Amino acid sequence: MKAFTFERANSPAEAAAAAVRNPGSRFIAGGTNLLDLMKLEIETPSHLIDVNGLALDKIEATAEGGLRIGALVRNTDLAADERVRRDYGVLARALVAGATGQLRNMATTAGNLLQRTRCPYFYDTNQPCNKRAPGSGCGAIGGFSRQHAIVGVSEACIATHPSDMAVAMRVLDAVVETIRPDGSTRSIPIAEFHRLPGDEPHIDHLLTPGELITAVTLPKPAGGKQIYLKVRDRASFAFALISVAAIIFPDGTGRVALGGVAHKPWRVEEAESEMPRGAKALTARLLAGAKPTPENAFKLKLVERALASVLAEAKGA
Amino acid sequence: MNHPDDLEISRREFLVMGTAAVAVTMLPPLAEAQAPPAAPVVKPAAVKLAFNVNGKARELEVDTRTTLLDALREHLNLTGSKKGCDQGQCGACTVLVGGRRIVSCLTLAVMHQGDSITTIEGLGTPDHLHPMQAAFVKCDGFQCGYCTPGQICSAVAMLQEVKAGIPSHATSDLTAAPQLTPAELRERMSGNICRCGAYSNIAEAITEVAGRTA
Amino acid sequence: MKFDTPATTNPIDQLKVVGKATDRIDGPLKTTGTAPYAYERHDVVPNQAYGYIVGAAIARGRIVLMDLAAAKAAPGVLAIVTAENAGRLGKGKFNTAPLLGGPEIQHYHQAVGVVVAETFEQARAAAQLVRVEYARVKGAFDLESAKETAGPAKQLAGGGTSDSKVGDFDAAFTAAPVQFDATYTTAYESHSMMEPHATIAAWEGDQLTIWTSNQMIAWAAGDMAQTLGISREKVRVISPFIGGGFGGKLFLRADALMAALGARAAGRPVKVALQRALMPNNTTHRAATIQRIRLGATKEGKLTAIAHESWSGDQPDGKPETAAMQTRSLYAGADRMTAHRLAVLDLPEANAMRAPGEAPGMAALEIAMDEMAEKLGLDPVEFRILNDTQVVPDNPAKPDSSDPQSKKPEQTKRVAQPPFSKRQFVECLRLGAKRFGWEKRHSKPGGVRDGRWLVGIGMAAAFRDNLLTKSAARVRLDGRGTVTVETDMTDIGTGSYTIIAQTAAEMMGVPLEQVVVRLGDSTFPESCGSGGQWGGNNSTAGVYAACMKLREAIAQKAKFNVGDAVFADGQVRVGDRRMSLAEVAGEQGMVAEDFIEYGDLDKQYHQSTFGAHFVEVGVDLYTGVTRVRRMLAVCACGRILNPKTARSQVIGAMTMGVGAALMEELAVDKRIGFFVNHDLATYEVPVHADIPHQEVIFLDETDPISSPMKAKGVAELGICGVAAAVANAIYNATGVRVRNYPMTLDKLLDGLPEIA
Repeated sequence: MKAFTFERANSPAEAAAAAVRNPGSRFIAGGTNLLDLMKLEIETPSHLIDVNGLALDKIEATAEGGLRIGALVRNTDLAADERVRRDYGVLARALVAGATGQLRNMATTAGNLLQRTRCPYFYDTNQPCNKRAPGSGCGAIGGFSRQHAIVGVSEACIATHPSDMAVAMRVLDAVVETIRPDGSTRSIPIAEFHRLPGDEPHIDHLLTPGELITAVTLPKPAGGKQIYLKVRDRASFAFALISVAAIIFPDGTGRVALGGVAHKPWRVEEAESEMPRGAKALTARLLAGAKPTPENAFKLKLVERALASVLAEAKGA
Repeated sequence: MNHPDDLEISRREFLVMGTAAVAVTMLPPLAEAQAPPAAPVVKPAAVKLAFNVNGKARELEVDTRTTLLDALREHLNLTGSKKGCDQGQCGACTVLVGGRRIVSCLTLAVMHQGDSITTIEGLGTPDHLHPMQAAFVKCDGFQCGYCTPGQICSAVAMLQEVKAGIPSHATSDLTAAPQLTPAELRERMSGNICRCGAYSNIAEAITEVAGRTA
Repeated sequence: MKFDTPATTNPIDQLKVVGKATDRIDGPLKTTGTAPYAYERHDVVPNQAYGYIVGAAIARGRIVLMDLAAAKAAPGVLAIVTAENAGRLGKGKFNTAPLLGGPEIQHYHQAVGVVVAETFEQARAAAQLVRVEYARVKGAFDLESAKETAGPAKQLAGGGTSDSKVGDFDAAFTAAPVQFDATYTTAYESHSMMEPHATIAAWEGDQLTIWTSNQMIAWAAGDMAQTLGISREKVRVISPFIGGGFGGKLFLRADALMAALGARAAGRPVKVALQRALMPNNTTHRAATIQRIRLGATKEGKLTAIAHESWSGDQPDGKPETAAMQTRSLYAGADRMTAHRLAVLDLPEANAMRAPGEAPGMAALEIAMDEMAEKLGLDPVEFRILNDTQVVPDNPAKPDSSDPQSKKPEQTKRVAQPPFSKRQFVECLRLGAKRFGWEKRHSKPGGVRDGRWLVGIGMAAAFRDNLLTKSAARVRLDGRGTVTVETDMTDIGTGSYTIIAQTAAEMMGVPLEQVVVRLGDSTFPESCGSGGQWGGNNSTAGVYAACMKLREAIAQKAKFNVGDAVFADGQVRVGDRRMSLAEVAGEQGMVAEDFIEYGDLDKQYHQSTFGAHFVEVGVDLYTGVTRVRRMLAVCACGRILNPKTARSQVIGAMTMGVGAALMEELAVDKRIGFFVNHDLATYEVPVHADIPHQEVIFLDETDPISSPMKAKGVAELGICGVAAAVANAIYNATGVRVRNYPMTLDKLLDGLPEIA
């Protein structure tokens, strides 16, 4: 870990100002991903701004009937919130499907969105990785790629986004709220927040230097049957091979997003019209143009069967 | 299913790297793309820190890079919290901060100014075992003992989480108060790996304590 | 004490302390975090500096250039040791590849240097500044493609010969009315013990002391001396608490060597813990295997022809995984052959992991038995019972003395088809079947549904040889009547502290609380150490021997006839005359030291442990996810010294078996030559949620051929066959037969029922 200086910020404005003052700085909240990567010098900030003191840990009702989740709300607390459990079941389910009790007590809402990939070639600094070291190549293509992406991949990167929470937020049409160092704020629909790798896989998301997530807002409850199905080898404490976040209405229509298949939570709105026709048709549209590797081609069938499971569950089977 | 072009390209990229007679392996870490390019090199910084550990006020001066785990183990000689992976992947370093369980390897000591921390040493001593510690002994809920302090700290906090109504992946009804079923217990303890495989006995020990305190 | 005739009645048979389910005596320390592990010894030597290991970035090749300038100039750095300045190093007898690489690199993440600094943070940061340029050399990284080049192994880890042949397999197989021929693969596995390899090293003049985490104290001391080129007496090894080993800490490893070299260079004590991410590639692992099994049988199900061939790979001069070994002794059958083939691979060093040989061997053989039973239309339990044998149908040679898996002397006499000392295999099968509810099994696969789960049950035999090894101990009696046992035996979670204390308490007639056990110090008498499930029986037998000697000395001093003397209640007595042990010992105390060594009983009788595993699984109809629902093991393995700790050994082994069956696999990047998933997030081992309640039954058994303790090994028996039992249960649940471990969902998906 490279040496760094440290300060605590007491307000978003103070945090933003600190970021401007210190080129190469990073915000730290839960730290569960950033510190891990700093130990390996995959992340090398020269200055850390501790944002845990910012009063961004509330979950509040919005005027539109939705929820505004502070950036610092811990995953445990978000999953335990009565409104989330009642009205946004898919989010509560996704949260508790991720990581462990300990990590959920630490991890924040914003930090969860900003998780970097768990690709082992990204983590091993001896290996080529365009995400970690642009231009060095991709170790996973042609290598060990069982966990990797099957859609939205590029010739530079087949990494997946590891978050469960973000998949649920994608299906809930969440909006990410940020503040920039100049004090301006913006709202980024979650659909646009994460990027596909393209030829710049080192850029995970739309945030600009010094930009701080302040909250994630959820629109008013969608209703429907809300399901999060996570498929993994180990029964717990494992990243998804694939996951399905779904909201399914009594008439058989609904929305669906996938985890573990792409560089971002994967949702194809146009495909959702296929939902009443069943898992096969839905999968065909959702995963159209998929480019799996020999090691992860099984995910195509797995997605279809997982969707069948979710549709059956929605019907009460 | 495989896209031949993809394979072609990946192969070529690999060969560029793999057949080079000399490969520099310690790739210079790149500044993150979103960050301005010129991050200054910083000298190691020491910071003063005060917190409460196991009921005692402690003051330390630590490198900013020191994790809470290393502060406990290397600075305060509280070696009961174990370093199994230093990557948040095993749970052996579990401690309680403000009563909540966390992995102490993935948090910096300096982030805990003013916090109250409980480690395994704060739960009980060999002569005065905490009920959870005594149950682990009785049920043989450990073998090599290395994951054990983490398991015990985790178990103590986990029972509180169930009481507080925090749901888990094993909770069948999200809107009802969770019960400590065998499936709930096992799911909630899954952040603590025991390679000796004492799980079945650990579950018995925790169940025994939960029964007693319920 | 030489054990060369079967044990008769002895003080252990009183079973006042031995044989009782006893809480671990080290429990209060371990549960309170006060048991000190290697890296935690702040108390032993002041001024400890921190070492951080740099691992090789290539699998095979050469270091062209090392630039240490930036690292040396980094804050706090005290020394950097690489092959260039380490001095001339030898290689330990038990190491296959050198622990410090350079300029030649033998495998990925082989240590190429250690950076020593004032603090851990400084050492880690400076290590990142070490720049190394390598010239790669092409290597062999794929077992399947190296299979054709594999030859017979010169040396086998379990001892014996690479091949065995009885009768004419080919002819018998061709003539067999029912034939079965299949090939199985098992995966590369990582020990992944919770405590990383760790050492504090301190030099006092030319005397080196290491506080380390090692299963085999004498091997570590010997190999450290040999590697450094110093005399064995100059090395002291201390390892009282070990955070798991499973074979991964049998040997001197880079943490210890680099700590010693770092301490010498820095002129002060140095502590080193191997980074978790280095462990799978830097240290040893269980080799992957390819196994071909052919079975020929009569229509009635009597095996007539058995062939088991196994291929594995290792570094040059390595050893094969002895996966076919158990097939020489487990089932009857007149015409048979086994063969082990070893390919040279440039992957990291393969070596022993819990039940080497039998764990992967039984994983394959016991699927084959399940498949053959089905082919024959027989119940799998009955098929095994039908082919039971009370003599060894093949005749394996015994290990030689230079073998890291056993220190047994070279066998001279061979008995044709020796009987087993005790073989209650059929009893295990029958009892297990009864307790598990085997009769409810649907023999047709895919017949049981529980909601979304396809439910199946499966079973497999458990088998592991019992190994005998010389083991010594010293016993002290002091003026307060306290008995102190000293031996370099280790407790890696096995319960050695407790069973040794129970043994001494039983032998000396004192309560358990009056016994102090001190382990893991090379200044103590040399024990068998912990490995190959030999630790429990042999180390306590060594304590038995020392206690016998102490009893004689006490009787003599108290002027009793030792044959008549009764040791009980802290006293020694004959008739009405009695003296307290404290009184006999007096101010000065008494001490006795002895060892157990073995005659040729194990040549006259084959010693093995037996069992049966039963498993119920649910396989998710939609996703193919498998979850274990019930597990039962029935074991016949001699006297159980402590049912509580012995049961723990078995449930732990069953858990590791579930890992092997369902998830554990070090994935090889065959282009680059390394295990890619080298941490605990990507190499998945079972967590709480993977493991249901586990049942273990020990048959009431003593084996007087094995030792005065009449005990045998248990810790590895528990894993042998588990993976196959899971695999067979998956088949029973789904009708999908998978022959490649681990049985992840991707291997099941194509065979699962179509869904709407």
